[in-house]
Amino acid sequence: MAVRVQEADFDIGRELADLTAGNHAIGGLGVFVGLVRDIAGGEAVSAMSLEHYPSMTERQLAEIEAEALARWPLEASLIIHRVGDLMPGDNIVLVACASAHRQAALDATAFLIDWLKTKAPFWKREETPEGARWVDARESDDAAAARWSK
Amino acid sequence: MKLMYFAWVRQRIGTASETVDAPAEAATVEDLVAWLKTRGPGYAEAFRDTRAIRFAVNQEYVEPTHPVAAGDEIAFFPPVTGG
Repeated sequence: MAVRVQEADFDIGRELADLTAGNHAIGGLGVFVGLVRDIAGGEAVSAMSLEHYPSMTERQLAEIEAEALARWPLEASLIIHRVGDLMPGDNIVLVACASAHRQAALDATAFLIDWLKTKAPFWKREETPEGARWVDARESDDAAAARWSK
Repeated sequence: MKLMYFAWVRQRIGTASETVDAPAEAATVEDLVAWLKTRGPGYAEAFRDTRAIRFAVNQEYVEPTHPVAAGDEIAFFPPVTGG
């Protein structure tokens, strides 16, 4: 169970191998990777920067992860979120959950990314031909997170 | 108390954090916002529509009616957009 916030890129293959290494109770691994797109709201995006609130980020991500552990029988989980300056195609976030069976692994992964998107204090700023702009929060993200409250 | 600002709230106010001695009548987050708005045009602009702002006291989300006290770390920021 681990949460990391870092400027550096991550190696998806190595992270997943490390996550499951030595634990043969794991039968399924759910993974979500978020990447920087080169278009948003119909406008070209040439770069992105990510700001966060370090002490609160750690606390929120740890709480979200603890909630996932309480809901699903997970053998391992990992959240890595990058901050700083990113380019289209770059990795932003990795969420992975391992369990004995696929349903818990996939559901817990979806839960973690849905909650992270609405609770973890990160803010994206995009560079576009019209200038830099802060990304607006989306109502669809709130709806995605709300489905786990039922 | 320590105040922290993020994203466009930080840009409009022009600083990332500051330590202030708020007046005694600033007993809640919304009272504190009302006082901050009087501190200059950047603050007034940042807090013009408080429905667009989220609040955290000591790293936990709170409602505008939440009490504040000396020694608290209070953060103001737009809805989050990570992931």
